[in-house]
Amino acid sequence: MADARIQVAAQIRRGEPFEVKVIIRHAMETGFRLTDDGKPIARNVIRLVTCHYNGAEVFRAETSSGLSANPYISFFVIARDSGELVLEWIDDTGVKGSERAPVVVAG
Amino acid sequence: MTNPSSWPAAPAYLPRRRAVLAATVALPLASLVPTLAPLTARAEDKPDVAAFKAYVGSRRVSTGRLKLDVPRIADNGNTVPVKIQMIGPFAAGAEVRSVHLFSEKNPVPQMAVFHFPVALPRIELESRVRLAGSQRLMAVATLADGSLHAASADIVVTVSACLDGS
Repeated sequence: MADARIQVAAQIRRGEPFEVKVIIRHAMETGFRLTDDGKPIARNVIRLVTCHYNGAEVFRAETSSGLSANPYISFFVIARDSGELVLEWIDDTGVKGSERAPVVVAG
Repeated sequence: MTNPSSWPAAPAYLPRRRAVLAATVALPLASLVPTLAPLTARAEDKPDVAAFKAYVGSRRVSTGRLKLDVPRIADNGNTVPVKIQMIGPFAAGAEVRSVHLFSEKNPVPQMAVFHFPVALPRIELESRVRLAGSQRLMAVATLADGSLHAASADIVVTVSACLDGS
């Protein structure tokens, strides 16, 4: 199973913004919870999410424990050429993840 | 037989029923006004979100254009849908560069910062957040020309996002 899902609008017209919906599988452990025997559970949240479109950065989010587990973000990107969206993220433990989605621009 | 005109006139020192009624209604209202006024004033223009104040500092903030939508009541503080919108078009050089989302009561008050390296004709963002209790949220959009646009939303959270491992 992939660690993230990217959903791109079905109809994309050149020069117009299109919606990108992203959901990343991650516990977003806040660091405020305790185990059953009272020990704190170390924080491990996604710190940064970036989205590149044909190599250029189009969106970046600095995230915190304030986002829900399995964080969901939707945002808009302006359509230029057909190509690819690359989503990348990194968490507190340095674990990186990425996911790609094709973009097909009509007209 | 009852004939009102034959009744003795009420002594002048006895307050009339209407006057008494009016007084009982007016008194508590009058005493409420000063306590209500600061509450409503604070709710509208001086939000007490410390992280928001720290970010804004002494800069001027406009309201009205940025929209922050959250449900009025959230059953589960662990996942609360949030929608941020700012309808353009934006003048050249005054596009939205970033949107900050601040919480009044969360242990991490700066919940997220969204950056837009490429200018967009309008901003539409959605996410899901954790909320540690009923509180106020503030969103601030920073434009390329440095101007700030803010929006706030109050939300009642029935079950707070767990902080204590319970």
